[in-house]
Amino acid sequence: MTTIADPMGFLLFTKGPLFNIAIAIFALGLAARLAEILLLGRRPNFAEPRAGEWLPGLRTVVTRTLPDPGTFKRAPFNVLTGLIWHVGFLVALLLFIPHIELIKGLFGVSWPGLPNPFVDLVTAVTLVALAATLVHRLTHPVKKRLSTIEDYLIWAVTFLVVLTGYLAYNRLINPYPLALGLHILTAELFLILLPFTKLTHIFTVFIARWYNGASFGRRGVQS
Amino acid sequence: MTTTKHRVGEHLRDQGVSRRAFLKFCTASASLMALPPGLIPAMAAALEQARRPSVIWLSFQECTGCTESLTRSHAPTVEDLILEMISLDYHHTLQAAAGEAAEAAREQAMKDNFGKYLLIVDGSLPGPDANPGYSTIAGVSNYAMLMEAVEGAAAVIAVGTCAAFGGLPEAAPNPTGAVAVMDLIKNKPLVNVSGCPPVPMVITGVLAHYLAFGRLPERDAYHRPLAFFGQSIHDRCYRRPFYDKGLFAETFDDEGARAGWCLYRLGCKGPSTYNACATMRWNAGTSWPIEAGHPCLGCSEPRFWDAGSFYAPLSVPTDLSSSRILTAGAAGALVGGTVATLARRTVATAATSRQPVTADELEQTL
Repeated sequence: MTTIADPMGFLLFTKGPLFNIAIAIFALGLAARLAEILLLGRRPNFAEPRAGEWLPGLRTVVTRTLPDPGTFKRAPFNVLTGLIWHVGFLVALLLFIPHIELIKGLFGVSWPGLPNPFVDLVTAVTLVALAATLVHRLTHPVKKRLSTIEDYLIWAVTFLVVLTGYLAYNRLINPYPLALGLHILTAELFLILLPFTKLTHIFTVFIARWYNGASFGRRGVQS
Repeated sequence: MTTTKHRVGEHLRDQGVSRRAFLKFCTASASLMALPPGLIPAMAAALEQARRPSVIWLSFQECTGCTESLTRSHAPTVEDLILEMISLDYHHTLQAAAGEAAEAAREQAMKDNFGKYLLIVDGSLPGPDANPGYSTIAGVSNYAMLMEAVEGAAAVIAVGTCAAFGGLPEAAPNPTGAVAVMDLIKNKPLVNVSGCPPVPMVITGVLAHYLAFGRLPERDAYHRPLAFFGQSIHDRCYRRPFYDKGLFAETFDDEGARAGWCLYRLGCKGPSTYNACATMRWNAGTSWPIEAGHPCLGCSEPRFWDAGSFYAPLSVPTDLSSSRILTAGAAGALVGGTVATLARRTVATAATSRQPVTADELEQTL
């Protein structure tokens, strides 16, 4: 009864040993990348600063996160679908009650969740938006040439995590242990790939934006 | 015990069971197994004409809970009906004979009904490679007894999670080397009636189906009868609307628990558990675990003892360890720190050993 061929065995394998391996690789990889980035820091700048760094840094974190009108006018599709699926992904990840329970189990912190049907709707919208981003990437003449295998890989793993979660919640794969096991498996794949691909931006995006703003601040230009 | 010469119909009339009671049983069984109503007369006719099969019930590494459950089969006459419809020739707990007389009854029944009797097993058993001394009956190892009894069996019914999947004896570290019946028997029709214990009407329903149609009911990937194990507890749970609304009990005595909200956060395994509790309920349809305010343990699924805490939500990994994550993180920070230090050193060395070159010198090299 311990073969992976049986759905319950598969679920327990993904919830047990595989989860431990994935979370260990994730923690190790992410800590290594962040430590490297933060310890290397920036080249020392010997010029006299014209203004402070902290405030402009934080301001840029905000301004680069909110869509600005100029960018929206130039690339409305990118801004809109990008924002929709990123927010949707975060809502599904952080405000779905079973996920909150997982985080509580791991780190002991928790927060209120959203009703399941709302998260379900957000997930469906996220899936559509993600599919649209792929179509756009495959058809847009510039994006098509800019895209690498890594881009398609992280698109696939992100899409699969959301898709399997949607299928499991709506019980569209039977038996359920198989559906949940597949969702956990893809989430583990996501965790393992995260520190070593562009997915690291989940953790570095605000550090990068702060660096940018801080650099503007030093030079006394608009942040 | 009784002989098997009777047909079920005659035997029931001898026992004073009315035709009305018999038809009620047929209707109940047919509806339980989701058979079309048109099949009820056919089922009744088939049952009446069916030979009362000899049944040999082997109890191995078990707790007798499955037998306790069977004898509480909820429609009042069902237990009698079933016990009258079959010829239970060997069952430790229910038979009058004991010791050598009991074993003689088993051997006699096996001889007289070779190829035709039903073999019911409850409890797991030490596998062929395990120490047979962990469980014996009359000095015979469970394994030897099962293998001998299965030779002449028409079909095998594994009753309870221990017989179906190994259950508690098979839980880690499985000291007795326990295995499930289906791990050993590959060449006979087999049905698993899992549950710890199984719903009584599921046991009797499977028997009635076998008697009426002469074959075992349709089964799922785990050989469980689909009529009873086709849907999950979650999908038939009366508390499901609260799950869908996101209303959960957080503790066993908070507002939510008193209001009867969903027990997911208290560890309910209903979403991953396939059984008939939510529809058939227990104790003559009185209640069932979730209605009593306790999360489903998932007792009818394989390895339910090893599936993590009964009180941890289904989404929580079975073997959580924050310190493991912290250790991995610390190791990662060390790796990152080392890489950064090495990079800084490379830059510093390059800076000290830099040899300035003038434009004239460069031109000379061309």
